[in-house]
Amino acid sequence: MNKIEVLGTGCTKCTKTAEKIEEVIKEAGIDGVVEKVTDPSVMMQYQVMSTPAVILNGKLVHSGKIPHKEEVLSWF
Amino acid sequence: MLETFTQLADWLAYGVLGLGQETRLGGAIHFFVEDTTKIFFLLVVMIYLIALVRASLDLERVRGYIQQHNSFVGYFLGSGFGAVTPFCSCSSIPLFLGFTSAGIPLGITMAFLFTSPIINEVAVVMLWGLLGWEFTLAYVLIGVLVGVLGGFTLDLVKGERWLKDFAAKAYQKAAAEGSGAAPSLAERPRLTLKQRHQFARDELKEILGRIWKWVFIGVGLGAALHGYVPENWFTENLGQGQWWSVPAAVFAGLPLYSNATGVIPVMESLIVKGLPVGTTLAFCMSTVAASFPEFIMLKQVMTYRLLILIFVILLVNFMLVGWILNALSPWLFAGF
Repeated sequence: MNKIEVLGTGCTKCTKTAEKIEEVIKEAGIDGVVEKVTDPSVMMQYQVMSTPAVILNGKLVHSGKIPHKEEVLSWF
Repeated sequence: MLETFTQLADWLAYGVLGLGQETRLGGAIHFFVEDTTKIFFLLVVMIYLIALVRASLDLERVRGYIQQHNSFVGYFLGSGFGAVTPFCSCSSIPLFLGFTSAGIPLGITMAFLFTSPIINEVAVVMLWGLLGWEFTLAYVLIGVLVGVLGGFTLDLVKGERWLKDFAAKAYQKAAAEGSGAAPSLAERPRLTLKQRHQFARDELKEILGRIWKWVFIGVGLGAALHGYVPENWFTENLGQGQWWSVPAAVFAGLPLYSNATGVIPVMESLIVKGLPVGTTLAFCMSTVAASFPEFIMLKQVMTYRLLILIFVILLVNFMLVGWILNALSPWLFAGF
């Protein structure tokens, strides 16, 4: 099972990113849980400077904007 | 080229709708049609072109560059990059921590955050289209200076003493190690034209989707002012640049939370109606740059003491801008 964390301070873009990922993985039949993280020290830990950022199984895969469907699929 | 939009508004307001040029409604509608069509045209063209150019500019690069200049130049760099870097205010916190944990002084980071909401491509395009290039240039210079002065003052009083613990520790650690956290500056492959086009298209969609309402609201307010406030009302009542009009404008702008897009058409109307340029700009900057939602976000990394300090520094800066510009405006803006 994949663990997907969406880092962000709670703006609409972050919510949309989380929804988008959920939608795409459901459609593609990928097993995973999406979780939103708002703790700034976690962002510091991953050296993320622009949100929304996406952490897949503990690794930074994306930051700065709402991802396209193809981008989401390319992470897996 | 931009006369096309005046002609369009002439045709629609006076021709099709048959409104008299001298009527209030006619004036307001003309202003609204001319400005919205002109602004949207300019925005679409300019946002796309600018995004093409800056597709390769990202925050890691900017940070690496600022890191190499931790001297006085750093304030100008911080403020300058704040102006040109695409950046959404919801990223304030991660950006702040990213800069701080790389050992960049608080003042330089804040110079970036001060200038960022004041200057962006949308503001520049709108000012250019509505008020001309001289005014745009003045606006940009002042925006950069507000950032530089604000940041410099913060470092002068050693504002980093009042950061939240975890942020302060990250900064001290980085400062002690000299270079700070190694910037993850992996060589990125050069972008192809197609990738640039895709980035620019996304940007255009994203920015327009975010600001189109503000254009209508801003121009609508501007049009109402234009049509319904008597021609010389401001000149007669505030046109002498009474000293207190500047702080009054700053405080009037505070509770209004808007972005530059919404305020600029209002500024145009205020200036045309004879409100002094410095007073108008002080109002605009206070509306755009000192917003409560932003401050509440920064609370996550700063103590109240630091937040209040930053707030006061900003307000003082806006007032200085207003007073200085009002004093200089007879020479600077002879045309307004």
